[in-house]
Amino acid sequence: MKISVWVFVVHLVSGFALRIIAAELEQGQHTERISGSAGDVLEDDPVGRLKVFVYELPSKYNKKILQRDPRCLTHMFAAEIFMHRFLLSSPVRTLNPEEADWFYTPVYTTCDLTPNGLPLPFKSPRMMRSAIKLISSNWPYWNRTEGADHFFVVPHDFGACFHYLEEKAIERGILPLLQRATLVQTFGQRNHVCLNEGSITIPPYAPPQKMQAHLIPPETPRSIFVYFRGLFYDVGNDPEGGYYARGARAAVWENFKDNPLFDISTEHPTTYYEDMQRAVFCLCPLGWAPWSPRLVEGVIFGCIPVIIADDIVLPFADAIPWEEIGVFVAEKDVPNLDTILTSIPPEVILRKQRLLANPSMKQAMLFPQPAQPGDAFHQILNGLARKLPHDNSIYLKPGEKLLNWTAGPVGDLKLW
Amino acid sequence: MKLSAVQQNCNNRRSNSFRTTGPLDSTVDGTFKSPAALFWLLLHGICCLISLVLGFRFSRIIFFLLFSSTTTTTTNLYTAAPLLKTTADVFETLTFRTPPSSPALSDPDAPSNNTIASSRVVVGRHGILVRPWPHPNATEVMKAHRIIERVQREQQLQYGIKNPRTLIVVTPTYVRTFQTLHLTGLMHSLMLVPYDLIWIVVEAGGTSNETASLLAKTGLRTIHIGFDERVPIAWEDRHQMESRMRIRALRIVREQKLDGIVMFADDSNMHSMELFDEIQSVKWIGAVSVGILVHSGNSDETSALSQKQEDEENLPVPVQGPACNSSGHLIGWHTFNSLPYVEKSATYIGDRLTVLPRKLEWAGFVLNSKLIWKEADDKPEWVKDLDMLAGNGEELESPLSLLKDASFVEPLGSCGRKVMLWWLRVEARADSKFPPGWVIDPPLEITVPAKRTPWPDVPPELPSNEKVDGIQEHREKRAAKTRISRSRNGSRSKRKRESRTVEAQVSGRHAEE
Repeated sequence: MKISVWVFVVHLVSGFALRIIAAELEQGQHTERISGSAGDVLEDDPVGRLKVFVYELPSKYNKKILQRDPRCLTHMFAAEIFMHRFLLSSPVRTLNPEEADWFYTPVYTTCDLTPNGLPLPFKSPRMMRSAIKLISSNWPYWNRTEGADHFFVVPHDFGACFHYLEEKAIERGILPLLQRATLVQTFGQRNHVCLNEGSITIPPYAPPQKMQAHLIPPETPRSIFVYFRGLFYDVGNDPEGGYYARGARAAVWENFKDNPLFDISTEHPTTYYEDMQRAVFCLCPLGWAPWSPRLVEGVIFGCIPVIIADDIVLPFADAIPWEEIGVFVAEKDVPNLDTILTSIPPEVILRKQRLLANPSMKQAMLFPQPAQPGDAFHQILNGLARKLPHDNSIYLKPGEKLLNWTAGPVGDLKLW
Repeated sequence: MKLSAVQQNCNNRRSNSFRTTGPLDSTVDGTFKSPAALFWLLLHGICCLISLVLGFRFSRIIFFLLFSSTTTTTTNLYTAAPLLKTTADVFETLTFRTPPSSPALSDPDAPSNNTIASSRVVVGRHGILVRPWPHPNATEVMKAHRIIERVQREQQLQYGIKNPRTLIVVTPTYVRTFQTLHLTGLMHSLMLVPYDLIWIVVEAGGTSNETASLLAKTGLRTIHIGFDERVPIAWEDRHQMESRMRIRALRIVREQKLDGIVMFADDSNMHSMELFDEIQSVKWIGAVSVGILVHSGNSDETSALSQKQEDEENLPVPVQGPACNSSGHLIGWHTFNSLPYVEKSATYIGDRLTVLPRKLEWAGFVLNSKLIWKEADDKPEWVKDLDMLAGNGEELESPLSLLKDASFVEPLGSCGRKVMLWWLRVEARADSKFPPGWVIDPPLEITVPAKRTPWPDVPPELPSNEKVDGIQEHREKRAAKTRISRSRNGSRSKRKRESRTVEAQVSGRHAEE
């Protein structure tokens, strides 16, 4: 009896000691664990926690569109295509819709590209509407809940508002048919019409192999203080400035163009990725939309992102504590950017770098082919799993209709 | 309705250049053909004309404000505020043209009195905020540099060598013309080393002020000891003396029980920074590859024939160091093939023939200082004691003589494939003179030009060089002065001719003497 008690006590003590030793070891390491508001969830495995049914749509909604323009696989909106491919072969996929928790509709709405490579969203509402009509008439699951257990990937500039101009997007609002569905989108801004409660924000697609190919040895000393490459004035569309990026990028230029700490320019160097790995801070200001692939690049290359976009909602905001990782600067504080950045204590900067060095952080921002554990696909599934189980109120009583199928601009109602 | 039309006209510029979607856009919105749209188009034209006349952008938003109507609440909230801003901006457009000259803080209060549910962020035209003095601030720059330094130090700690050991650098030297050249180069290399350093400088002929003043500039921890013998004139003897000087330094390591890694840096060698990182990984005794730089002697004396012969043969790879088999184990040594140079090898310091290295130079070895200590806990058995060796009086050619078994040497630098230091011996003639401390003060009294001084092409303009003692001094001075003034004004070719005449005169005069 006594012996067993002693053994138990010894176990307890050793457990404590090991815990402390492990914590101290972690301090000396060069990464740190990441846990957001939802807890330490970056490394969760979604398999077994949810089941997704993928609707079989005719290929005119997905494959034929991709065949017409294969550039859709490499631009920053490619997440919708890769998500479809991932789900088709993922263990969370189920072929039995009765046991599915979530339903996915593979429609590539962002694949109508101009010669320059920019997507035109004008046919997207009609395409989406047509797809929803199809699934509501061929399967009973849409009408059961009017889409509350369905999710759609809408990676365009302003998500399901389907427009690239912000005023137009706000005016249109989210497509009425998608009001109850969960939207997986890159756009995120608090108190904005185009972001529904319960939407999942994802990072824009950035090609993983291209970024891995430009890695430099980590002991290369970081000698650039602030780095940015991109437009400050969109001369073609807003030559005076003040409209593009709400004047924030222009303010950065006007205030810091001759400051030696700021390596900022519009030139596009071949060593862009290598330079980011030699910088301490990387600016991620808003453009026409608040999100940008610079955030992903900064995270991959260990450069602390300085986010200049008021009220932005960053990817996987409940899993990743962005305030501890990046630096948030209000747009009105841009003239004091240098003071703000130099007044951050060095320990805080080192901690941010340690958090960025965490491999699960970098994995969560990427869409690798084939999928790897902890990557963005899995984070999306984790987000969906965290919303389970569905509340019973989403199931409509027979005959009840909540969505207005005739709402929206007249042009949207035309057939696609 | 009106609002959307206005917005459409505002944005037409953007959409037309951004994407070619004009007709599609309008069919979607369906406001193109209405009379209201035509009216606004007309107004747009009038406003453009007015802007041309006035010289700044006259916004038709003013009319909207004048006939302001509320359509939907959300659009009002989103657009009314920036419209207010826009009018303010329009009148400040002139000042905006040159941002640094005026503080152009736009009015921030307008959008803040919104309802709770709507965003603080307003769509539309915003002002470009520029602070009154948009130039770098010195204190900020200094703080940023300190941050960068701290980040780099952290990087060094994480990705560089963990637990770096002190380096103990052993250098034999003596005062001679090229000492400053060699020692300055070595000094600067050592000052760049990011680890702790102890520099043991053994000076032949006793410690001198020259060397001491050089060492004082470094800021490194130095141990300067004298060796009571003068450096002999023959290279062979000099090499042996250097070995004895290094043993003397090792004795210091033993006496003071200095802990770290001992490396032998001759003052004329060149070291790369990667060498210092690489030798941190040595356990007991390591060997690195040394590039051997032999300059091929007096070029006048080699005939054209022998030159061609050399080119045709395989020139030896000028590297001394460990040789490994394919699994990375030490199996032997590469040494420098001196055969082609044997006939032309230098025998005494300062003759212009090829200086050849020994079979294995000391510079290519690094030792753990514990091997030298009298007593050390984990000192291995295959090393001889230092006292036993030096007492015998036998010639210590290389640190290998310290070992009973040479197979324990660790090959560094990816098994000797990477050459990180270079061996070079360059000296002036033994009788060459140089100003002490390299300061020409007071002016030199006697110049005895050797047949080929260290500075063969010294221009005659330097007055101090022209001074000759005795009666000829004044004449020389005047002549030199006039020559100088003439030559300065004259062309280059004239100056050359004059220099040659001066030299001929000088040499002629000395021939008399």
